[in-house]
Amino acid sequence: MNIEVNNKIFEAKAGETILDVMNRNGIKVPTLCHMKNYFPSGACRMCVVEHENTGRLVTSCSYPVEEGMKVKTHTTRVIEARKMIVELLLSNHPDDCLYCVRNGNCTLQDLAVEHHVTERRVSGVKNNFNKDLSSPSITRDPDKCILCGRCVRVCEEVMGVSAIDYINRGSKTLIGTSFNKGLNTSSCVNCGQCIMVCPTGALSEKCHLNEIQMALNNPSKKVVIQYAPAISVSLAEEFGMEPGRDVNGIMNAALRKIGFDYVFDTSFSADLTIMEESAELIHRITNNGPLPLITSCCPAWVKYAEEFSVDFLPNVSSCKSPQQMLGAIIKSYFAEKIATKPEDIYSVSIMPCTAKKFEAQREDMTHQGITDVDAVMTTRELAQLIRLYGVDMHNIDPEMTDSPHGIRSSAGKLFGGSGGVMEAALRTAYFKLTGKELTEFKIHAVRGLTGRKETQIRIGDLQLGIAVVSGLQNAKILLDEIRDGRNDIHFIEIMACPGGCIAGGGQHIGADESAIMSRLKSLYDIDDRDSIKVSHKNPEVIELYEKFLGEPLGHKSHDLLHTEYKKRDVPL
Amino acid sequence: MKKGIAEILEARGDAKRDSLIPILQEIQENEGFLSQRAIAEVGRRLGIPTSKIYGVATFYNQFRFEPKGKYHIQVCRGTACHVLGSATVLDKLEKLLKAKAGQTTRDGMFSIEVVACIGACGLAPVININGNFHAKVTEQSLVEIIENLKNKEV
Repeated sequence: MNIEVNNKIFEAKAGETILDVMNRNGIKVPTLCHMKNYFPSGACRMCVVEHENTGRLVTSCSYPVEEGMKVKTHTTRVIEARKMIVELLLSNHPDDCLYCVRNGNCTLQDLAVEHHVTERRVSGVKNNFNKDLSSPSITRDPDKCILCGRCVRVCEEVMGVSAIDYINRGSKTLIGTSFNKGLNTSSCVNCGQCIMVCPTGALSEKCHLNEIQMALNNPSKKVVIQYAPAISVSLAEEFGMEPGRDVNGIMNAALRKIGFDYVFDTSFSADLTIMEESAELIHRITNNGPLPLITSCCPAWVKYAEEFSVDFLPNVSSCKSPQQMLGAIIKSYFAEKIATKPEDIYSVSIMPCTAKKFEAQREDMTHQGITDVDAVMTTRELAQLIRLYGVDMHNIDPEMTDSPHGIRSSAGKLFGGSGGVMEAALRTAYFKLTGKELTEFKIHAVRGLTGRKETQIRIGDLQLGIAVVSGLQNAKILLDEIRDGRNDIHFIEIMACPGGCIAGGGQHIGADESAIMSRLKSLYDIDDRDSIKVSHKNPEVIELYEKFLGEPLGHKSHDLLHTEYKKRDVPL
Repeated sequence: MKKGIAEILEARGDAKRDSLIPILQEIQENEGFLSQRAIAEVGRRLGIPTSKIYGVATFYNQFRFEPKGKYHIQVCRGTACHVLGSATVLDKLEKLLKAKAGQTTRDGMFSIEVVACIGACGLAPVININGNFHAKVTEQSLVEIIENLKNKEV
């Protein structure tokens, strides 16, 4: 079929929308509520084009192509309509851009600039809702919400959580939780994917920067920092460098310049997690379950399980996540080593994730009344902190991490992408079960951004069924299959965010799929390059077991590195 | 006879998502309002998230989320009443009772509901308290009406 756009003929397939055809051919119209790969909603009407056959303005994101259709994208009428839409969206908006967390990275702001909105022609009653500060991870400011519904869709379609939806009608409409209560008592799993798709500042992470600065300025505190595997390959984009560039050394130097006393790598404790989790896997296989074993590194998945998949809680690994493992080790082993009281250590982590903020304040993540991790910042907050302290990321010499929690294997680094935990765990489990290393470390079947990956692996005379899912909706589908009697899967990795931590809810806003792919590729390149490719060969992990922990699943491990889960009573 | 939530859902054993609104209506008819428990129960049965049900229910004026007060006051906001000042009446009432339309006072005594047209345009602006119609309500007469009801209770 052919359609005509701006007097040019383009090929189109039945079932496509006008926007699909335009995108393919480099014709740009502004969009706001539209999201690639989602069912169109047509809520914001930014993408209107003139349908010449009928003389109407139609939303190109939702209007299917028709044979012989003629469309104009930038007539005076269309441009006027779009401008009016922006002006109406601004009419009840707080207009406090300079004080907004998304200043400079806001679609609404961009559209206002693009459409040359320079005078206030429409002034409406300003929104006056209460902010929702209840969640430890996500802050909602409904005043800034333009009701595009992207957060609602990602929460429902990708996460299968549906914590939020439209409430009320007409001019009183707002986005909120069941019964319009705080996010903290809802089924929200804190993944932060809603923040990633929010075009304005209506959704943002709960900022911990003030507390962190206070600790940095407190001479009686030793401030320790750890960063997640995905951070070093994601931070570059915040500073205009090419996506996927590994800035690990630069970041270490920047963190020291800011004033952190010790710089550790969470990939180290990812190795530690692998030691514990592979031991747990082997224990469960040799002791008749419960199987499948499901990973517990992702706090959004863990909360999801506690709400929606209570029947699978016995399957979830008792291992704490790498963040919490290192947090616990820092305030025990490390505190002893530097002869400092645990309460005099302020432990900060940098995570690509908003759910980690929630995880850090879970009741069981403390020891003798002392929190294991005191503050969590996202990749975005880290970039803000670096700018605040005037560190020039483009002109700084790379530095190493600190001992004794700075060395990692590349297996630990792989945690940053979907499939990484699985690959790392299998490398070590293979060694523990057979006494030999794998001949080929790369497990291609679990690599890549696909939402669901499955394969069978042979370890000695053991046939292991493994599955890797990202996006909680995918997890739900897999768990439903197991509920229905599937029993060929023994080990499952679940990450809430599609693609894993590299696409987490705390990452740079505005990254497209190719940027995320670059981050993942960067992790794979590190794995190719590095000499230590398995967690059990990490010298610092070996030393930690020799000097402090004893053995995986031992008494000390159980006390510091493992936890338990229980059902959460929230409206589902 | 009043039916419980379980009974209502039982009677519609094979109900799907499209029966949501009739089910909510029946529950409200029996219980007087939609409780959180009721919404959660309906959600479980129909496989719909509670946020969605709450979203649907708040879209329509007919659903309430708090039990009715001892005195349920319907304020007519139809055209004739509007022209003769029902907006002021509603505003005054909300201030008097310290409760908004759709809410119930803390002591459970009064609840306010906004209705479209009662069909008593000749009496506008009109309010209906437990079936008793009060005609040509003004801010002053409203104060008296509420005072009278409060005095009755003392």
